[in-house]
Amino acid sequence: MNFFTRKKSATNAKERLQLVLVHDRTDLTPAQLEALKDDLLKAISKYIEIDPDAVQIGLERDGRSQRLVADIPLRSVTRNRAG
Amino acid sequence: MTAQVITVTSGKGGVGKTTAVANLATALAMDGKRVVCIDGDIGLRNLDVVMGLENRIVYDIVDVIEGRCKLKQAMIRDKKYPEMYLIPAAQTRDKNAVSPSDMVRICNDLKPDSDFIIIDSPAGIERGFRNAIAAADKVLVVTNPEVSAVRDADRVVGILESEEKSNSSLILNRLNPVLVKNNDMLSAEDVLDLLGIPLIGIVPEDENVIIGSNKGAPVVTDAKSRAGQAFRNIAKRLQGQDVPFMDLDSQNGLWSAIQRLTGRK
Repeated sequence: MNFFTRKKSATNAKERLQLVLVHDRTDLTPAQLEALKDDLLKAISKYIEIDPDAVQIGLERDGRSQRLVADIPLRSVTRNRAG
Repeated sequence: MTAQVITVTSGKGGVGKTTAVANLATALAMDGKRVVCIDGDIGLRNLDVVMGLENRIVYDIVDVIEGRCKLKQAMIRDKKYPEMYLIPAAQTRDKNAVSPSDMVRICNDLKPDSDFIIIDSPAGIERGFRNAIAAADKVLVVTNPEVSAVRDADRVVGILESEEKSNSSLILNRLNPVLVKNNDMLSAEDVLDLLGIPLIGIVPEDENVIIGSNKGAPVVTDAKSRAGQAFRNIAKRLQGQDVPFMDLDSQNGLWSAIQRLTGRK
């Protein structure tokens, strides 16, 4: 393996731990997170039009606390009016 | 003055809890403190051999709890430091022979005549661990810079938080500065970022640690050992002194990063 292209193992360890710790701390498996995401999108879609493919929902760490962060772009309704 | 109760724990086994207890206790005794160590690993007694006191055991902690001896009779005086004692674990019993309230009672009895009570927790997060943290004023979480140890340390820190034992700090043990430099070992900065608790010390990997436990003489008594120096520094910090972190292998980048993270200068 080329020394210069090898991804160093510490970086790998840190990335893997970041994921594992978030799931350990929230007691939420990746599958449960997907289900939560689907439910959330269904609920929001009842009220406003969203683009499901542009939605980003994930768990983020902030020191020792976790937060669920959702970025949900809305489909513009002004476009129709302006038409 | 009443004693400070410090519990050393880790989640994962084999990361250096017992070594840390023996070294911190010895370093505190070298500083003239009155120290009592309690081996909390019932059934898997180890602190006695690491401290070189295995031949002096008559009574153990379960004998105290079950009333077969007085507390003083189970306290083994160290060979070299007369103000340091060990209360050994029972070897032929299991952890259910001790309860959290037993630990609190024993620590309360010891407090008036000591400066530090250091409890060696067993690995795991079950009964023995619960017993070990019951009386703690401060918890030291020992980990190594590797994925399994860091993950388990995070579990322990989570449990301590939920038990409102929030006064915990981290000992990063067996750090290899060369591997860190090559980015083949998690750095102190990485581990602190992942675990999110304050750092109290980084102990470099050092073959003198094994030599010390072979002899039953903790490495802090070796003035030249790097690990010994690291443990002596932690002992000073436990006494409230502001000791700068060691310059591990003259890596100024790492050193200054640690200083930034901990707010020490």
